[in-house]
Amino acid sequence: MVDAAYEAEYLAAARTEARRYALGRIGVYAFLTVFAIIYLLPLFVVIANSFRQLPEITRNGLIAFPRSFSLEAWPRAWSHFCVGGACEGIHRNFYNSLLMTIPATIISSLLGALNGYVLSKWRFRGSEVLFVCMMLGVFMPGQIALMPWAFVLGHLHISNTLQGLVLIHCVQGLSFTTLFCRNYYISIPDDLVKAARIDGAGFWRIFYKIILPLSPPILIVTVIWQFTGIWNEYLFGVVFTDGAQQPITAALVALATSQMNAHAYDVTGAAVLIGAAPPLLIYFLGGKYFVRGLTQGAVK
Amino acid sequence: MTLIVKTLTAMEPETPGWRARLAAWTPFLVIAPSLIASFVYVFVFSGWTLYISLSDSSMLPSYRFVGIRPYIDLWSNLRWKIAYSNLFFFSGFYVVLAMLLGLALAIAIDQRVRGEAIWRTIFLYPLAVSFVVTGAVWRWIYSPDVGIEHFVRGFGWSDFTFRLTTDRNLAIYAIIATGVWQSSGFAMALFLAGLRSVDPDLVKAAQIDGASRFRIYAKIILPTIAPIFVAVAVVLLQFAIKTFDLVVALTNGGPGISTTFPANYVYDLMFQRGQINIGAAAAVMMLLALAVVLVPYSLWLVWRRRREGRAYG
Repeated sequence: MVDAAYEAEYLAAARTEARRYALGRIGVYAFLTVFAIIYLLPLFVVIANSFRQLPEITRNGLIAFPRSFSLEAWPRAWSHFCVGGACEGIHRNFYNSLLMTIPATIISSLLGALNGYVLSKWRFRGSEVLFVCMMLGVFMPGQIALMPWAFVLGHLHISNTLQGLVLIHCVQGLSFTTLFCRNYYISIPDDLVKAARIDGAGFWRIFYKIILPLSPPILIVTVIWQFTGIWNEYLFGVVFTDGAQQPITAALVALATSQMNAHAYDVTGAAVLIGAAPPLLIYFLGGKYFVRGLTQGAVK
Repeated sequence: MTLIVKTLTAMEPETPGWRARLAAWTPFLVIAPSLIASFVYVFVFSGWTLYISLSDSSMLPSYRFVGIRPYIDLWSNLRWKIAYSNLFFFSGFYVVLAMLLGLALAIAIDQRVRGEAIWRTIFLYPLAVSFVVTGAVWRWIYSPDVGIEHFVRGFGWSDFTFRLTTDRNLAIYAIIATGVWQSSGFAMALFLAGLRSVDPDLVKAAQIDGASRFRIYAKIILPTIAPIFVAVAVVLLQFAIKTFDLVVALTNGGPGISTTFPANYVYDLMFQRGQINIGAAAAVMMLLALAVVLVPYSLWLVWRRRREGRAYG
């Protein structure tokens, strides 16, 4: 008798507990779903609009289920559309961005790896202080360097060229890549390097044989960071280049803010997607490693 | 760099031990170019801009010293005052909201949800998208003609209005909301990593003691990851101070001058108005704002490392 009452009570408690758990689950998923929709909305809007016909967009609005289909906007955005007087679309700016981003990413990542290697495994008197000074570069606002850069680029005769932008991004990126690599190499046991030195291996041999093979996780982080950062950079691009030399971000701003093209939602949509595609692709391919590496560095 | 190496090898021909001596110098030679570049970038460039901000430069840089006059001009300019107060207003909302949302998302994902990788990807992808693209797309979504207003009116609510970007008092909220959209995933990723680093035994012990989930988070998990809160806040704050492209693409500082930010002001004065010295003064003020955030943070980091060193050493 007592047992039965106890059991009933226990079952009821278990049931409320289960219901509460289920409600909690529903709450969590509802919350995540609502925000996922908000986060995905802009992506959906741009993709959908780049494939819709312009009259239909203007009639039904941007946030609507597509009821028309057209592939016209893409070739126009790529090679025919007029921005600021030139009717060449954005393909030139896209190539500019590639020609700027790829070398700058490779150079700054390699230098960062070498610097990180020196600052973690070949420390010398004062190297910590030098490291801190280099780190200040991470926080420098680009605005404070504009005038000096203009002077330097002018005197090197690389104003309004992609080489100029590559130089800027290499110098600016050095602090990031050095910081990432140094913090990562610190966790490689010094004994490994010491043992190799006793065996007669020098600076470069240790770098090639020990450090580089252990580096892929951090190099993925620096490459993704640098690639997305440089590709997405706008200030230096718009200040130091014009016209056919401009990277894609500058062209996109010109396109999106021009009064003439204010209602060309289809072409602007396609152009925006073309401009966002490379970093997004890199992120979707390597994002998992990026988050892992970034959090490893930042949480420490 | 190769030049230095070459001259060095040329200077020391075949003497015994030149190889060893070179080997000893290699690490320094490898890092020297980067060090020099960074040093020039950080100190010489800032010093240079500081000097220009005290000169009478207008269309072209000039080096005639005029003292703090450009700063007086700067602070008597209405547009700059708007820019500076926008920065404070924006930073406060942006940092707090991005952190709250990031934390909420991280806690939700931490409840052993299905498809964790998919949720994480959805919330983090805006980080890979440039501010330019973000601004251009949200500009449309806020637009009364084709955006949210049009969408809601389509359901029959014909006098619904939603006009953030065309109202000078509300446009700043559009920038805040868009900034939060872009950055909260970053906060989420760091918080999630923090939540995962909390000792599971600690949580289990609290559960056995009958603590509610809420209490476990409030009393155990969140205090343990307090350093991450500080780190995220600092990173977001320095994003906020550098806000430039987002404003250019989203509102272009408008309507009127209501959403001017310091970074936009610097750009305009240097390259549109030909008042380089005042622009440089504004850039120095930005640097000061960053220092106000970063100097206490680095001191705190040093202090914490020392304390931990004592605790474990």
